[in-house]
Amino acid sequence: MKKEIETLISSFKDRLSPTIIEKAMNEIPTTVSKKDAEEIMNLILKATVKAKVAPGECVGLVSAESIGEPGTQMTLNTFHFAGVAEMNVTVGLPRLIEIFDARKTIKTPMMEIYLKEGHSSLEQVKTFAKKIKETLLAEVLSDVSVDILDQKVSLQINEEAAKSYGHDTAQILKLLKTKLKTFSTSQGESSNEIELTMKSAKTDNLKELHGVKGKLMKIKIHGMKGIKQVLPVERSGQYVILTSGCNLKEVLELDEVDSLRTSTNDLYEIEKVLGIEATRNAIIEETVKVIEAQGLNIDIRHIMLVADIMCVTGVLKGITRFGVVKEKSSVLARASFETPVKHMFTSAMAGEVDKLQSVVENVMINQPVPVGTGLPSLITKMK
Amino acid sequence: MATEVYVNQKYLGTVDNLALFMEDFKDQRRKGQIEIQANIFYNKAVGEIHVSSQKGRSLRPLIIIKEGKSLLVEKHIEQLTAGEITWDDLTRQGVIEYLDAYEEENALVAFNEEQLTTEHTHMEITPGSITGITTALVPFGNYNQSSRLIIGSKNQKQAIGFYAANYHIRMDMDSNLMHYPQYPIIKTQLHDVTNYAEHPAGQNVVVAIMSYKGYNMEDGVILNKSSVERGLARSSYFKPVSAELLRYSGGLTDELEIPDKETKGYRTEADYKFLEEDGIIYPEAKLNEGDVVIGRTSPPRFLNSLDEYNLSVGVRRESSIALKHGERGIADFITLTESEEGNKLVQVRLREERIPEIGDKFTSRHGQKGVVGVLIPQTDLPFSQSGVVPDLIFTPHGVSSRMTVSHLLELLGAKVGALAARHVDATLFDSENEDALRLELAKLGFKEDATEVMYDGISGKRMLARIYIGNMYYLRLRHMVANKMQSRARGPIQLLTRQPTEGKAREGGLRLGEMEKDTFVAHGATLLLKERFDSDRVAIPVCMKSGLIGYFDGRTKQLKSPIYGEDSDVAYVEMSYAFKLLLDELLSLGIYPHLSLKDKF
Repeated sequence: MKKEIETLISSFKDRLSPTIIEKAMNEIPTTVSKKDAEEIMNLILKATVKAKVAPGECVGLVSAESIGEPGTQMTLNTFHFAGVAEMNVTVGLPRLIEIFDARKTIKTPMMEIYLKEGHSSLEQVKTFAKKIKETLLAEVLSDVSVDILDQKVSLQINEEAAKSYGHDTAQILKLLKTKLKTFSTSQGESSNEIELTMKSAKTDNLKELHGVKGKLMKIKIHGMKGIKQVLPVERSGQYVILTSGCNLKEVLELDEVDSLRTSTNDLYEIEKVLGIEATRNAIIEETVKVIEAQGLNIDIRHIMLVADIMCVTGVLKGITRFGVVKEKSSVLARASFETPVKHMFTSAMAGEVDKLQSVVENVMINQPVPVGTGLPSLITKMK
Repeated sequence: MATEVYVNQKYLGTVDNLALFMEDFKDQRRKGQIEIQANIFYNKAVGEIHVSSQKGRSLRPLIIIKEGKSLLVEKHIEQLTAGEITWDDLTRQGVIEYLDAYEEENALVAFNEEQLTTEHTHMEITPGSITGITTALVPFGNYNQSSRLIIGSKNQKQAIGFYAANYHIRMDMDSNLMHYPQYPIIKTQLHDVTNYAEHPAGQNVVVAIMSYKGYNMEDGVILNKSSVERGLARSSYFKPVSAELLRYSGGLTDELEIPDKETKGYRTEADYKFLEEDGIIYPEAKLNEGDVVIGRTSPPRFLNSLDEYNLSVGVRRESSIALKHGERGIADFITLTESEEGNKLVQVRLREERIPEIGDKFTSRHGQKGVVGVLIPQTDLPFSQSGVVPDLIFTPHGVSSRMTVSHLLELLGAKVGALAARHVDATLFDSENEDALRLELAKLGFKEDATEVMYDGISGKRMLARIYIGNMYYLRLRHMVANKMQSRARGPIQLLTRQPTEGKAREGGLRLGEMEKDTFVAHGATLLLKERFDSDRVAIPVCMKSGLIGYFDGRTKQLKSPIYGEDSDVAYVEMSYAFKLLLDELLSLGIYPHLSLKDKF
């Protein structure tokens, strides 16, 4: 009996996809009769055929409309976290545009860091968060004074603040020694004072003396580059660290981090660290996130199509005239999307030929567009 | 410590005693020793005194308060009502003074007498002064959301009314005149102050708030056709047509006449049928589109030496003024005058009776506008037990989301007013009490909540719900379909693109735009799309050798290539004219676009 059914199922091999066949093999109980099994398989086949997109269906345009229309209803633009001023997230239409344009620098880069089992108690999460937060010298200074006459800069360290990051004046002094090359550093009069003296005492160094103040402030004394703010939050019984700013590569290298679940909203960072397949998934995930937050509903296949188009060349390409549109073969189609004259000139110089194979060109010259009813044609055999 | 004093932003000096100086200034102003429109302001943040007397500051009057007591006392009110004193006397006596935006910053203004404390420096003359004139015309305005008040006041500005008593000798551009305007039953104090009775702009109608056959959904209203036939909301629309007789060089001028048949551009005889001998239409002529209103001819356009031998010299051009597409009216009033440049000017005012029809816009005074969805004869409309039939049916769904409580209150209040034969005061913050109105309604023999049992006009069956019905002041707005509707199947095209023109004035088409095009593509309706875009379809001869656009040589009756002449095959290709234009524009950019042709079969 079992064998009979198996042969029956495998006879559908050329009409159904391997995953469906495999599922049918596993899930159709062997107790059913051959007749019933055949009926089941025929129903599956019918449903599969029905689910297929008809030839000539204009899927790209339907996707564009399906995403574009709900886009007009999006209202909220930024989301703020209570209590943390620096933490806000771009959402809604601006974020959607950001994703589809594949912007190099996004407005609010973020990370969601999950920690491995055994590192995820509240205390551990808090200390970890503190560890990776980028701390600048400015945050532990109480006063900076520039002495132009002696070409000296003296820093007053706020020991309390420094201590909360596990630092003291001596450590900072050591750090500054390695970071500053044109200055010699020394302990000041009081214990929390550091003095910087210019190594080459020239009179025209005034400008540098002034500039050093700004430079000093931006010296990183602790944490990870780019992580501007951290916020541990509880999410279904687990602690997650939300960060403002991102540095996926270095975070993933840390032992405590669960690299499977940690992610960022910066598509380029993902492409750089994890590759194009991950980027495609990130596009889908981020888009769905935006749409769901607005209480809207778009079929995920539309978004998948867009993500595929953006990633199909192996590198991330935005839906802009520098990205996806540039790949179009038709001169007229490219020209009809932003900066027409530029496109006309470049393709004229290259002597490009427009084969009029797509929609936009044919609308322009008012010929039937090759989708839907415009696709099929009659072929007559001439004797 | 000395405080700096600036007069009209210019430094003047310092004063030592700030409080005394301020007090002194105000005292002297109240006594009339300093100009009443001058204001003083102490800026606490920077510690400066600013005195301003420039023009352009908006001032508002307030009653002065001293030690928690209003300086305006009973005696003043009595004298005012008796007409013994005027407003100016009060300002002269230092009872009322004007504050500008700056001095207001230093003042503490009480809303009414009950609020007064010793802290207060001023009191509002009326709490309603928070709004402007048109907004104060909204009855029960304090029951509304502020945004609805704004809409309500905006709508009133567009209402058709009795705008000027001398309308019949005026040549206003696009004016409307209501035929039987009424004074509102529900009025505010501002209606009295602004003499609203002399230029009313609406009518008191019976309104039922209910749904009826769905014709009033989504901001629609149902009108009683019988009421409309009796003259409800009827109005006239006036529009002038004018022609100036210009003078040209060489002593030539435009002439006012019925154009001669020899005239260049002569229309048909029928078009001139309404003109009298002087070339002007006779009054009360019923005109339709294309009819000439003012007959005019102009001298020939260019005169050059060749014309001496030309037989057609001296032929004048026709330049009459005719009614445009879709226009109609009756010649109402004609003036002959002179323009600013001293040319002869003929103006003919057209009149048209506008009876409310489907698509006309109506509104109450609460920002509750609606478009007429259907006109139903009285016989088919719901009626109450006493036989009252609504003139207008308004949808209940319009109220819940917009929260215009005043709309509901007006209906109730005006019902009381209509039954008790009196006006009801609904001034902002100072209106008649709702409970009192309800009580009065009950005493008049109606349900105190203004609902009534109603019967379906068609079946005669009693309706299950009681209907909220009463009177309201409704305005007809000047947006009427007759001015706006337009259709076209074929018509004028643009010279450059050969595509249909745009806009009603040019008898244009409705554009099937980019996004509309996408819907056709998404449905795969390719051939339908092509047909929709066929408006500028042309067959263009294309040279197969050079790929350039060829031409038809009329002399040799041959198609020719612009480069190879007769030595090339030239074939007609069907395309949109806009694309041909694009090809030409590319040529002008220095790009050579070849069209490579292939046999279709």
